Amino acid sequence: MLNLTHLKKHFNKGTPNEVLALDDCTLTIEKGEFVLLVGSNGSGKSTLLNLVAGTYFPDEGNIFIEGTDVTRLKDYQRSKFIARVFQDPMAGTAADLSIIDNFRLAALRTKRKTFKTGVNDSFKMKVSDRLSILELGLENKLDTLVGKLSGGQRQALTLLMSVMDESKILLLDEPTAALDPKSAEKIMKIAEKVIQELNLTAMLVTHNMHYAVSYGTRLVMLQQGQVIKDYPSVLKEKLLVTELYSWFERP
Amino acid sequence: MDFYLSAILLGLAYCGMGLGIYITLRIFNIPDITTDGSFTLGASVTAALLSQQYPIVTALLMSMIAGSLAGLATGIIHTRLKINPLLSGILVMTALYSVNLSIMGRSNIPLINTANLLQLTNWFQREQYNWLLLMAIVALGLWCLISWLLKTDFGLSMRATGNSETMIRALGVNTDGMKVIGLMIANALTALSGFLVCQFQQFADINMGIGIVIFGLGAVMMGESLLNALRIQSIPLRLAGVIAGCILFRIIIGAALTFGINPNWLKLVTAVIVLVVVGLPNIKRRAGN
Ligand SMILES: Nc1ncnc2c1ncn2[C@@H]1O[C@H](COP(=O)(O)OP(=O)(O)OP(=O)(O)O)[C@@H](O)[C@H]1O
Ligand SMILES: [Mg+2]
Repeated sequence: MLNLTHLKKHFNKGTPNEVLALDDCTLTIEKGEFVLLVGSNGSGKSTLLNLVAGTYFPDEGNIFIEGTDVTRLKDYQRSKFIARVFQDPMAGTAADLSIIDNFRLAALRTKRKTFKTGVNDSFKMKVSDRLSILELGLENKLDTLVGKLSGGQRQALTLLMSVMDESKILLLDEPTAALDPKSAEKIMKIAEKVIQELNLTAMLVTHNMHYAVSYGTRLVMLQQGQVIKDYPSVLKEKLLVTELYSWFERP
Repeated sequence: MDFYLSAILLGLAYCGMGLGIYITLRIFNIPDITTDGSFTLGASVTAALLSQQYPIVTALLMSMIAGSLAGLATGIIHTRLKINPLLSGILVMTALYSVNLSIMGRSNIPLINTANLLQLTNWFQREQYNWLLLMAIVALGLWCLISWLLKTDFGLSMRATGNSETMIRALGVNTDGMKVIGLMIANALTALSGFLVCQFQQFADINMGIGIVIFGLGAVMMGESLLNALRIQSIPLRLAGVIAGCILFRIIIGAALTFGINPNWLKLVTAVIVLVVVGLPNIKRRAGN
């Protein structure tokens, strides 16, 4: 489904601030896999997700989605295959647009944005239905500007928006980092549910070790831009949180 | 009475530019200086074509096309060469000065005995009333058009582009392309104002656009402070606020003139008014703390 071969990415190349964010990273992810990605700050997790999404291009290496080479496709072209939730809780929604208008755009992710007005009653009902899963009371506030909501509420919206239109791959970068523990748990449950129900291929970055052992079907750890651990489902199930912590202790 | 009438008339004539500035400033967060040049461009093209006896529709279409090309230039310089939008606008505005001169062939073209919009409109005895109705129809049409545009899926993507590029790119929109289109629309609207003002004043002058962008920015912000006071968010009403801002600003300038302010000080007065409109909320906020 998703093939990453020998990905390498520098930032600020040729300047004193040069960093090697990703160093020869190779990963093959099968359809329906739910990969949990862990690693210390600065280990390259967000960089990896951004490369898959096309925010920027790798210096070396290739990215294949279902066998198609998408390495040089721009992010807005790859959105046909990929839905995203960002590390920055404000990044996934447009503040000056209402909730319903944000969902309208999300529903058109793989389609052309034409001169039609698509927000009608049946669309509102559909969005209202979806929002009620969150139990945040947002289903009655469809016309509220998203800028008035909290970061956590906006992150929850971004997750629901990501599955408004068909997609093959879902990328989630610390989706719960800005949320209170209860909302965070809810978001993780919803994410797991939609990934299973829609049979999505997903990558989720987290710093929460409990999530890392209890969610997902595969666990990958990055360190200094390289994959240093890769646990498939069977091994992952036996993994203990304490053991996971020990991975983070540098030799 | 006459004084208010002509202020309202000019305000309505400028509302195309006002709406254009609303699009660039409020939707894309770009203060588009190209406006100064594209306003004169609209007038130059109109004067040049009309004085060569082209029909009025040709002048209208050509001036709007010319305006959109000016926006295209600014947009491409900004998005492709990654140059700050303010600087891109200044570059194009400067270049347009020469373009406008060469279109007109001289610095001023009076339009006497040429085709004029008034020939299509003899609803009233008084010329001024005909102008008023005509300008009001144009303003209403533009208001409907832009209100509709910003409600469509395309318009939503435009608005989201100015809010969160990360989000809207992930939703499949080429944000650079969007900005270029936005600048083209805005400058076509500005050129339309140039066309109208040229018709109304019956001349085009190479300097007629100087400082017009400040007028537009001021009008947009004036309309906004009105709406913010009333806590209004709906886009059509905000657009109506822009039109109200254009008229209000013209009335203030007209009043300043009738109070005997030397016309040489007009630009200073304009700048001060805009400064007050922009600065007042900040002063209030500081006083509030
Ligand atoms: N746009 C950028 N410009 C310059 N350097 C960058 C940029 N993005 C990331 N880096 C650098 O690349 C390295 C990897 O960053 P990345 O954001 O991928 O880490 P991460 O694993 O997501 O960390 P965190 O857990 O803190 O989010 C870091 O050293 C970071 O400073
Ligand atoms: Mg990160």
